[in-house]
Amino acid sequence: MIRFDQVSKRYEGGKEALSRVSFEMPAGEMAFLTGHSGAGKSTLMKLIIVMERASQGQVIVNGTNLNRISAKQVPYIRRNVGVVFQNHQLLFDRTVYDNVALPLTIAGYQPREVGRRVRAALGKLGLSKKEKQYPVALSGGEQQRVGIARAVVNRPTILLADEPTGNLDPTLSREIMDLFDQFNQVGVTILIATHDLDLVARMGKRELILKQGRLLEGKS
Amino acid sequence: MSPSANASLSSRSLLDKIQSWVRHHRQIAWNSLSQLLDTWVTSLMTWLVIGIAIALPTILYLLLGNLTELGGDWDGQPRISVYLKEEVSVSAGKAFAVSLSEEREVLTTNYISSEQALTEFQAQSGLANVIASIGENPLPAVIELTPAIEQAAGLKLLVAQLAADHRIETVDLDLEWIERLLALVAFGERFVIALSVFLGLGVLLSIGNTIRLAIENRRAEIEVVKLVGGTDSFVRRPFLYLGFWYGAGGAVMAWLLVESSFLFLAGPIERLMTSYSNTFGLTGLGIGDTFTLLLCGGLLGVVGAGLAVSKHLHAIKPS
Repeated sequence: MIRFDQVSKRYEGGKEALSRVSFEMPAGEMAFLTGHSGAGKSTLMKLIIVMERASQGQVIVNGTNLNRISAKQVPYIRRNVGVVFQNHQLLFDRTVYDNVALPLTIAGYQPREVGRRVRAALGKLGLSKKEKQYPVALSGGEQQRVGIARAVVNRPTILLADEPTGNLDPTLSREIMDLFDQFNQVGVTILIATHDLDLVARMGKRELILKQGRLLEGKS
Repeated sequence: MSPSANASLSSRSLLDKIQSWVRHHRQIAWNSLSQLLDTWVTSLMTWLVIGIAIALPTILYLLLGNLTELGGDWDGQPRISVYLKEEVSVSAGKAFAVSLSEEREVLTTNYISSEQALTEFQAQSGLANVIASIGENPLPAVIELTPAIEQAAGLKLLVAQLAADHRIETVDLDLEWIERLLALVAFGERFVIALSVFLGLGVLLSIGNTIRLAIENRRAEIEVVKLVGGTDSFVRRPFLYLGFWYGAGGAVMAWLLVESSFLFLAGPIERLMTSYSNTFGLTGLGIGDTFTLLLCGGLLGVVGAGLAVSKHLHAIKPS
């Protein structure tokens, strides 16, 4: 599902964020990406949703070589990858419902279909009663769940999460992780970047460790 | 693998896609308009600025049109007025007119005695009292001559030949004022075009700048939309509609400004024209002109927004 083949990324100014990274995630796998800040976790994720392009090597996602796609095709690649951010990236001038509906509106779904899917996603994440509220009225954990609802509403085959529990207490973190686990059980391929090593140990999934841009394959 | 969103998308019919496209456009058009109406004071200011910039050349253009119409009563046939000396008698004048009409360069002649001229003048000008107070007829006898030639050079030669005749006081070629008017109108047209280009550029820049601010204000939204798979045209669309509404609203303002200033001018112009016993009245914007005005406004708006969007949208990348 996700394959990196000798991927290097050098930013302008000479800093090499990733060097010769190779790994493969089969469809339906859930894995953690760990390492100190600045180790290249974010860069690796950005390559998967084409926010950055590899300087060398191949990034192949869902059978598509991302080196070979044009700027026009990028949005269509992103529609198949759900992303959850540490800072949620919610729109504060829109209701919870409108935030979650955004990917579907962009993809051009009928309003009835949008309503059906948004309510299903909100129900799954325990946010059914919050759909008319604005994000600012929600707690940090609830905001993060809205972010997850938006990431999964389009039923992507891949889900990326960048420090999804960064600002949450251990109980909430555990809840969020259980949610990811549930999505994984219905076949979604999930890659989670985190530095919460306790959490990684508890979940018992494969761990990809980055150190100064190099990949040290962890335990499976 | 779970069914992908792409698979369900590609199975949608063409009709479905068109429907969703139309729905999206309608929604964006309405959203951007209501967004402007929500902040109507600010919007009104922008509309006024654009309106004034569009109204100025429009008013000049309309005035020019009216001026051309005023000169348009002239049928294009030059006429020469030959004023005879006082000592030429009526019978001698008539004979002279007949002999002139036999010349090759002359089509027809018409002799008007000084008495006839006085009667006509009194009837037309309404200055009968003034004339009466002078006591004697100040008007000379005149032969109105329609030349058979049209070229300016030939006409000038004819005028020179006539002026040399000892019975003639002065010769007036009516062509001159018309030529001057047409030259003035041609100059005016150039002036209006130049002014329109400058003010049009001004409108483009002011709409562009307004859109640039709108883009800045919605930076977070643009980033998120790009992250969840919004295409460039999806991101661009609301701003183009915003530009359209700014331009079209500005055109409506311009229409109001033009029509109200013509209403303001209509009274004095009518009085002026009545004093010259002329039935000329100001013509404002017709339906066609109004439509063109709105179209130009909307188009300027879309182009201005397009320029701003193409310049600034690429700079916004999700980070």
